[in-house]
Amino acid sequence: MSSRPRVRVPQTASVGEMIQIRALISHQMESGQRRDSTGQLVPRRIINNFTCAFNGQPVFSCEMQPGIAANPYFEFTAKVAESGTFSFIWVDDDGSVYTDEHQISVS
Amino acid sequence: MSLTRREALVVLAGSATLLSGVVPLHAGTDEAEAEIAAFTGGAEPQPGRVTLTVPAVAENGNAVSVTVEVDSAMEGGDRVESVLIVADGNPRADVAVFHFSPLSGTAVATTRIRLARSQTVSAVAKMADGTFLLDRRAVEVAVGGCTG
Repeated sequence: MSSRPRVRVPQTASVGEMIQIRALISHQMESGQRRDSTGQLVPRRIINNFTCAFNGQPVFSCEMQPGIAANPYFEFTAKVAESGTFSFIWVDDDGSVYTDEHQISVS
Repeated sequence: MSLTRREALVVLAGSATLLSGVVPLHAGTDEAEAEIAAFTGGAEPQPGRVTLTVPAVAENGNAVSVTVEVDSAMEGGDRVESVLIVADGNPRADVAVFHFSPLSGTAVATTRIRLARSQTVSAVAKMADGTFLLDRRAVEVAVGGCTG
């Protein structure tokens, strides 16, 4: 299963500007409630955590349960006072970790 | 994914088993309230200052847009630490917990959730001063996301 992150962060911002961040990742988010064609429960496999940090400081995170829709999507804000790097981390039930990074120039 | 007729019938039979109540279909109000109580440590959340935006009617329960907005300066005690989202009609009531920080700037976030049936969605915000805020919205679900 491919889990490709797609993140939108503005490339530039002014100091103290409220910026909008959108983060989407392809993932089936198998809830553990669904049955396959033989009637067996399909084991749960979801992304259980998403974190956004800026220069190592937390910005926004989410603990997820199976009630989060497939291809988890988040929209949130950030207000930063300096240029730097937004890092994004998704943690899968199977231990896989998916990451993405975006630079922003703040003036 | 394409199903043969036989496979489709087996899937339907499986769904019928679920609908017949062999497996609990939804968490119910009690479990939802228990999740909220666990989040607040028993404190009674107060209505106001938190706005939960969900569609009144969701065509497809597999992906329902949910936005939480808390009116907060995001400084000092007037800062939102986290927000719990609960759906009392899902197999599992707790859906997500958002965590905010001073770098969030605002306590506004959107995600997409599964809703198994028509039900009430609640958002509980935990403030840095130890108080809790609550908003609830009823959502009519046309086609349930039965995998929630």
